[in-house]
Parts: sequence; C-alpha cells; structure tokens
Amino acid sequence: MRPLHLTALTVASAIGTGQAATLTGLQERRTCLRPSDFGDPAIGGHIGRIDALDSHNLPPGLAEFDCRNNRLADLTLRGDGFVDAIETAKARHGAGRIAVVLGTSTAGIQSAERAFRHRDPATGSLPADFDYRNTQDMFALPRFVRAALGLRGPALAISTACASSARSLIDAANLIRAGVCDAAVVGGADSLCQMTLSGFAALDLISPTPCRPCDAARSGISIGEAAGFALLQRDPGGADQPIALLGYGATSDGYHMSAPDPRATGAIGAMRQALERAGLDPEAIDYVNLHGTGTRANDAMEDLATYSVFGSETPCSSTKGWTGHTLGASGIVEVVIAALCIRHDFMPGCLGVDTPDPDFRANVLIQNRQSPVQRVISNSFGFGGINCSLVLGAAA
Amino acid sequence: MNVFVAGIGVRGPGLDGWVASAPILRGAEPWTPTAAVLPAPTMLAANERRRTSQVTRLALAVAQEAADMSGLPAAALRSIFGSSNGDGATIHSILDALSDAAGAVSPTQFHNSVHNAAAGYWSIGAGSAQAASCIGCHDATVAAGLLQASAEAMIERRPVLLCLYDAPLPEPLGACRPISGMFGAALVLSPEPLPGAPQLRVAYHQDPPAAEATRLPALEPLRQNHPIARILPLLEMLASGTPGSLSLALIDGRVDLDLFPAASVAACSTALASSP
Repeated sequence: MRPLHLTALTVASAIGTGQAATLTGLQERRTCLRPSDFGDPAIGGHIGRIDALDSHNLPPGLAEFDCRNNRLADLTLRGDGFVDAIETAKARHGAGRIAVVLGTSTAGIQSAERAFRHRDPATGSLPADFDYRNTQDMFALPRFVRAALGLRGPALAISTACASSARSLIDAANLIRAGVCDAAVVGGADSLCQMTLSGFAALDLISPTPCRPCDAARSGISIGEAAGFALLQRDPGGADQPIALLGYGATSDGYHMSAPDPRATGAIGAMRQALERAGLDPEAIDYVNLHGTGTRANDAMEDLATYSVFGSETPCSSTKGWTGHTLGASGIVEVVIAALCIRHDFMPGCLGVDTPDPDFRANVLIQNRQSPVQRVISNSFGFGGINCSLVLGAAA
Repeated sequence: MNVFVAGIGVRGPGLDGWVASAPILRGAEPWTPTAAVLPAPTMLAANERRRTSQVTRLALAVAQEAADMSGLPAAALRSIFGSSNGDGATIHSILDALSDAAGAVSPTQFHNSVHNAAAGYWSIGAGSAQAASCIGCHDATVAAGLLQASAEAMIERRPVLLCLYDAPLPEPLGACRPISGMFGAALVLSPEPLPGAPQLRVAYHQDPPAAEATRLPALEPLRQNHPIARILPLLEMLASGTPGSLSLALIDGRVDLDLFPAASVAACSTALASSP
C-alpha cells in the first residue's frame, strides 16, 4: 500500500502527559505502576493511574461530557501541540473532511458505576445527572473529541476490546483510502473503572506484583489508563518528523472468547499481512513492540508468533511494565512509543524483568538499547480473538 | 463507492428473516409486530451456545442468514459488527453486581460484556480467521456501518459482512436509552458483481439529510425508536426490486444510498458492453 502519515501525535499514560515526558520515562526506566488506590475498597493489584484526572476540568460548554474517560481524552488532546495541528488541518481540508475514528473498550462506564451506587432507594432509578449518551455510551468518546476539536466529518467509535485503538488506524485508513475523508483523528482512550479491574480479577489475570511481561515468573496484568491521538492523512503535510503507517494486518482467532490461541495462528497472520501490505520482508523490521500483557498465555503465544515471523534475532519487548495494560488505548500508546523509538533511535527493554522466560525463542530485550530504528511493528490483541499489527516507519 | 448486496438478513418484531419479511416490506403482506423470534445459534458448539446472550443470538441469526443467501463461505467474509449498546443486558448485570459490596462479576459475563462479543462468537462459529471490526455510533450506527463496510469492501476487494443489532437495556439503564424491542439486520457487501445482487452506491456528504421515513407508515415508529431499524428504508427499497435513492443521517452530514436492482445492473452492463 501507499503509506499514510501520522502528522501529529499526543499521549498520556501513567508515564506522564505528552511525548517528552513519555520519552524521559522510557529512557530513565522509571516504574509508573503502584498498588491500587482506585475504588472503595481499592482492588486490582498494581495500577497505572493518572492523578491529574481527578482535578482536570473540561472546557466551558462541554460540561455534559464530564466523566473520567472524556477528562482523560481532553487532558491528552491539550498536549503536544495537537490542537494547533488540527486547526492547520481544518484550514487545509475543511472540518467536514476530517473523520474522528476512536477506540475504547469501556468509554465512560465509571459514570454508570457511580450512578448505580446512587440509585433512588424507593424507585431504583438512576440519578438525574447521569448522562448515558455523553459518558457511558461508546459513541461518547468520538462525540466529545469532535466537539472539543470543532470537527464535523464522519465519526466512529471502534470497540474491539484491547485492540480498539490499533483497529481505529485500520478503519480510518480504509475511509481515507476510499476517499470518504481526507484525514482522520485516530487513537482512543480507556480509563480506570471497577468493571475492568473486577472483571480481570474474576478471570484471575491480575498480577499481585507490577506486571512483568515476558518474565519467567510473570503472573498477569496490571491495568492502566491512557489515551493517545494521532492525525492520519495521505501526505506528511509539512509536519516535523512525521511517522508513516507503512502497513497493517488484522485477523480473528475464531478460537475462544478470552483465551489466546496457543498455536498463534491469528497473531502470525496479522503480522505477515502487515508486512505484506507494507511490501517489506521481516528483516526490514528493527524492533517489535509486543502486545506483551504479562499473562502466561498471551506472552507465550506472542513469543511463538514473533519467533515464527521474525526468528530469534529481531529485538522485541513489551512496554506495559511502564504503562500497565491500558486495554483499548494500548494500541495508540504503543504507536506513539514506536514513533519515539524511531525518532530517537532506541528500543525500550521490558521493565521489571529479571529472568526472561527460558522457553521463549524470540529476542526479548530486558534493557534499553540505543541503536538505529527505522521500522517498528506493533501488536495489539483483544478478547474475542481480535488481532491487529501495525507497521510504522520514518516517513520517506 | 460501489458495492453489490449479495446477502440480506433481518430479525425484528414481525420480521422473521428476509424471505418472510420481503413481501411485508414491499407492502404485499400485512405486518404483525409480534416479538422477534431468535433461532438457536446452530453454528456454535453446545458449550459456546450456552454462553451466548440474546443479543448475540440476534446478531448471529442475521449474520448467518445474510451469509447463507450470499452463497459465499462464511469463513471468507471480513466483517463489521455495529451496535449502539452491545450486550447491554450483560453490562447492566455487571453494573448491578458492582453496586453491591457482596456482588461478584462472573468471568463469562465479563468476556461477554465486550462490544465485540458477537463478532468473537461469529468468528468461532464460522471458523473465520478474517478481520473483524466493531463499531458503536448511537443513532448513526447503520449509516456509519454502511460507510465503513463499503470502504473496506472497496479497498480490500473482498466481500464484507455488515452485521447490525441492538436490544433494549434493562431498567433502570433502559430509561436512559429507550430502544423498542430486538432488531437486527445484516448485509453481505461484495465489491464485485454477483448474480442477482443489486448494486448499491454509497457516498458521504457533509450536509445533513432530508427527512428520513419508511415507505410503510406502520413501520415508521419502529424506525424512530430503534437505532438499527434506521435501516428499514433501505430494506424496503431492496424488497421492492426497483431503483431508488435515500439518505441516512450521520452525527453531522449524511450517507447517500442509490440502489440499482440486479435486472437494471445487468441491462446497464449489457448496454455498456455493446456500446462502441
């Protein structure tokens, strides 16, 4: 395929707000996970929490969107000159020609959790100030981001569990390539909530320690909250150090609703498709950013997939030791991390890993490495057996 | 964008599959709005079938009907699943459990709560390794789904299953998002002409649409009170077998749809082929 371009990027996670803080956190190998202090009683092992959300206010006129997830989206949008880049794009393409295609697994469901705890004891009805449409509803996220950025093009909420924001790049690429729009705001947001903390605990997938992806003794995930946004368009558009979306692949496992296929067929298929679409051999990839959640099953499956496609030389690692598993947002967070690796020629080694799993055959990094990075493949896998792989590179 | 409608599925009040519904939708038979009848999802093994909720059964029923009608192997279809509320009943039950200090979330409930649950069960049942995306666009779910599925069919040059479904939310959540009954519809959109498949031209416009309405006045309340029933005017047009045009509203802007039935597509191709 002809590459598309990511001409503006912004991110917020437990590492920090903005690309510079994210880069510093990655390079200094600072752990950002802490024992859960979320919920009453607090549950969920260690978490990647963004403290600024508790006090962040939405801009005037957008109060009806107020919820943790939209606050997270707003905080992120305000960083990295993203709003200015959108203004430039609006002047160039027109607000009606820029789509908003955003991934989220749970949107603003924390608002519903709170509303359910404050039901009217007599009637059972929810508090009058609970705004389903603008908070809990899946479409609340793109609705809010459109309103915050003054965009008027087609809008979609993509919700494919932990592959949501990765898939948003693919769906937006299809709209741009088909001529439906000229550019798209892609990415997404997922914020801490009781539902995911309790749900992953029910599946016995929460690590009692900060998550240690690829470690021999890994014991599950740590959940984090994060958001990231990118402007996707056909050409580099005069951006400083634009990143190219060179290829993408998407498959389904057709295997199980919450367990990965141990044969890794779907993950292998997604990576091979992404390389094929990019017109690249596996040797052209310098670094693999793994989905690497820290569960026994995911990491073993992904090692098999990575080894099958790339062999035992290509360096790979997971950055979830920093951010935690940010669920639907993990794809876009790791797109921004891939962009930082490409711009600053480094690869982050898995954080918190003492002993890589001796059964793994891929080349798992456990220390940062400074070396040229031109192309990165980034994996995102989700419940329901959804697999997405993205190939990113320095724009030609 | 040009696609060909190779398969159609529908389940809703008094609309029990496309074959039974087409005469109703073209006004040849009366419409009796009895509750939607959902067949058991025979594509799934018994253990998976037991875990599926009503809304997943609705999605699988319309997806399977559309895939069967297309004559294309189900495992060969890429897919876009669209739903405003996803599995709202399961999410409601989790919210209920979380509001009680002693409440526990079940693992099956949690994995069924993801918005892509129906797509996951479809890929398991169809034995499909094909890409799937899942959207939730409130009252614009049908319009955005048609746009996205047509774009993917055109770019990938592969048939795409568009499966749209929604069910009412239990109370008290239902009061926040009223939806009348279960309604689902599915289309298989092929980028290439197929025998008997009408051609659908799909285009995005920035201006809002003119008023939308069903041709049959009796169906109009259903269209207004259900996000997926926004597809009824298109289904009426498909059932009529005659050319037609309509628009569906996006959040701003609209999707214009122009339908050319298979007979007129064939005549048009013949005319083009024989022209000098």
